[in-house]
Amino acid sequence: MHEYSIIQALLDQCENIAQQNDATKVEKIQIKIGVMSGVEPHLLSVSFDTFKEDTLCCDAVLEIIHQPLVVECQECKHIETLTEVKYKCSNCDSSNIKVIDGEDMYLMKLEMS
Amino acid sequence: MCTDCGCSIRGIDDHEHNHEHHHDHNHDNKNKSLVFNNPHLNDAKTVEVIKKILDKNDHEAIHNRNHLDSYGILGINLMSSPGAGKTALLETLAELGKFKFGVIEGDLETNRDADRLKAKGIDAIQIQTGSACHLDAMMVHNGLHKLDLNNIDVCFVENVGNLVCPASYDVGTHLNIVLVSIPEGEDKIAKYPVMFRKADLILFTKTDLLPYFKYDIQKEKEMARSLKPNVDILEINTNDKASIEKLVDWIMFKKKMRG
Repeated sequence: MHEYSIIQALLDQCENIAQQNDATKVEKIQIKIGVMSGVEPHLLSVSFDTFKEDTLCCDAVLEIIHQPLVVECQECKHIETLTEVKYKCSNCDSSNIKVIDGEDMYLMKLEMS
Repeated sequence: MCTDCGCSIRGIDDHEHNHEHHHDHNHDNKNKSLVFNNPHLNDAKTVEVIKKILDKNDHEAIHNRNHLDSYGILGINLMSSPGAGKTALLETLAELGKFKFGVIEGDLETNRDADRLKAKGIDAIQIQTGSACHLDAMMVHNGLHKLDLNNIDVCFVENVGNLVCPASYDVGTHLNIVLVSIPEGEDKIAKYPVMFRKADLILFTKTDLLPYFKYDIQKEKEMARSLKPNVDILEINTNDKASIEKLVDWIMFKKKMRG
């Protein structure tokens, strides 16, 4: 259950950004969670609702974008969204592929007032 | 004046405060409601951020790597489920004595792993994470300060036994070794893809038990390579010193290639 630690990091980040922007309240937080980031979006939501109290984010809505794996083949330059976790190009069968998205967790957008 | 420009409401407008306010009036409720009724002033402010959520941890991890680099130490993060043989491997490496190393140990409770290593003459620092299921870069940072870095070639971070949570955290080592033991059974790699995707080297441990378990090691290796095509794989068991020597060669090679 490292989702709690991740939400703690997210709340700290949002508070900092809110303070930098002289905001008193965070209304909405948009995050992007890669399918291969190692966190479970549902548990993130649960953790968020537990930990947001007593912060500037106490009434904030957490919007989670589920990001599938997007890879670019380094041989044929084919870009595709992987539906199963097999790091291989469907076009030329090469395993020399670069991950473009889907392995990380990002804070994307903050709405404040 | 504040009712005109709205600057009394923090964050609504991001204009520069290059003018002075003369607060010769009280900000009573009536005054406030006037301000909030102005639709131009009440707009929520949206900021595009695009920043990694674990940005602070990653920053700390870079700091740890730089610190290790300054001492010419190779940092290796050992990850596996509990009981896969991380501590036993470190004990065997200590007995072989091919290189000098220190260990930062992460466990929820007890100093037992660190005590086991100290008994073998290894400098080991125990971090008790309490309820935390993983080590993060800050915990490792604190551990590094307690280790004598002048006297070691390699610093192992023995992460909390867990195939899920430690995968999300860069602890500031140079390499990740993920262990998977034969008695754990097949499909561990397929079930925990994020962890094995992070591996620079996968160690199949306790391979002397292969005759006693239904375990298709070839199939497991193929699974590992479908997740990470360029991953290195070794088979080890602590009763076979030659298998551990191969791992020593791998570590020494990686150390040499980092200058």
